Amino acid sequence: MEHYNMNLTVEVWRQKNKDDKGGFKSYKVKDISSEMSFLEMFDVLNEQLVHNGEEPIAFDHDCREGICGACSMYINGKPHGPWAATTTCQLHMRAFKDGDTIVVEPWRAKAFPVIKDLVTDRSAFDRIIAAGGYVSVNTGNAVDGNSLPIEKEKADSAFAAAACIGCGACVAICKNSSANLFIGAKVSHLALLPQGEPERRTRVINMIEQADKEGFGACTVTGACEAVCPKEISIANIARLNKEYMNASFSSDK
Amino acid sequence: MTWKQVFTSTIGQKLVMGLTGLFLISFLVVHVGLNACIWADDGGKMFNQGAHFMGSMVVIRIMEIGLFIGFFIHIIQGYALTAYNNSRRGTAYRVNKGYGSKWYSRSMGLLGTLLLLFLIMHIWHFWVPSRITQDLPEASYNPEHHDLFSRMILVFQDPIVVVLYVLGCISLAYHLAHGFKAAFRTFGVHNSRYYSTIKAVGYAFSVIVPLAFAMMPVSMYLGWVK
Repeated sequence: MEHYNMNLTVEVWRQKNKDDKGGFKSYKVKDISSEMSFLEMFDVLNEQLVHNGEEPIAFDHDCREGICGACSMYINGKPHGPWAATTTCQLHMRAFKDGDTIVVEPWRAKAFPVIKDLVTDRSAFDRIIAAGGYVSVNTGNAVDGNSLPIEKEKADSAFAAAACIGCGACVAICKNSSANLFIGAKVSHLALLPQGEPERRTRVINMIEQADKEGFGACTVTGACEAVCPKEISIANIARLNKEYMNASFSSDK
Repeated sequence: MTWKQVFTSTIGQKLVMGLTGLFLISFLVVHVGLNACIWADDGGKMFNQGAHFMGSMVVIRIMEIGLFIGFFIHIIQGYALTAYNNSRRGTAYRVNKGYGSKWYSRSMGLLGTLLLLFLIMHIWHFWVPSRITQDLPEASYNPEHHDLFSRMILVFQDPIVVVLYVLGCISLAYHLAHGFKAAFRTFGVHNSRYYSTIKAVGYAFSVIVPLAFAMMPVSMYLGWVK
């Protein structure tokens, strides 16, 4: 791919703290290489801001290799930007051309309040996991991997669901700010495996109850979550979540 | 977990929408089937006999109460869910292109509101005169039967009414295009083989049924049915 440099206008949401009203600010960046990642472009912009004595833009990032789920920018109306199945850190500047204006917003959901600039508080996801997204096992030696036979198809589906990195892009794009693709992935991952069986019913009920407490909306199956998911988590996981929820709640004894 | 907790959770509320929605879909099948009798080319006799049966049979009158309850729950729950879901975002996005979803999937509240307005007009046109005010002429073949057929012809002589009915049917088509398949997702259909069949049936249903309904006022206005 041919290398080129570009000059861009970046319109970024700036917000001092969670109580600040916030607003967009426009910045010019020059000579951005097409081989930079999107976050490297932000590093250049921040260097520029520091050099000019301004406050750099706060944004979440960690591994920068597309597997941690920390980066979270809503770029030109799409979480993680224009490329499919890509996190913001893996988005590269060759997705843009010279003279482009790029609008960058934080995830928007009441359950993900903005802490500063593009950084949102996604601890609601951690509390949903803590409510049921785990398996209880005794400590001790790990059992032999082949001692529990699991059908290949189920193992594959569970693995595909487990690929969720919990970035929150599904919530960000959903018109209802629903977390059900995330919860569906976590519930499916364990519901498909024998290890998830003992806590199968309490898990789904507790996770949905926690999500409702956090203020995520209801899923209306528009399919936007699946379309923007950097890990291509299938929306079928939401259907499985609904099935698990019905099985668990309808058979509840109390 | 109490039943109240089950049906007031976000998934439970969607279950209520899906169950009442499918119930209303089953009503559409009966309604379109019976109304198709206007094309029997017998001056409306078969249609009037069908309408008389639906209006006089006690079991059906009891089911009609169930139908109204179904509509009521679907509408109230729909508005409550839409209002709640719309309040979940907080600050709106500056760039919002609706990426990754169809406009009608995102507009079920709006389409439902259009259908509610249509429903009020429709009840006023036919249900009120046949069930409440009894303000209908006698059928030629039997003075005990209402001539609902001639009322239909009369109502559909007004081009504005015909256009409103066709618009109502278009709203119904898009409402069904999302609602039919989404209901089954809510019921937990994750198997892709079954789901693709459901999706195909849903799209076919949402074209065929509203089209048949729309052709009724159109064929009466154009004089194809007399």
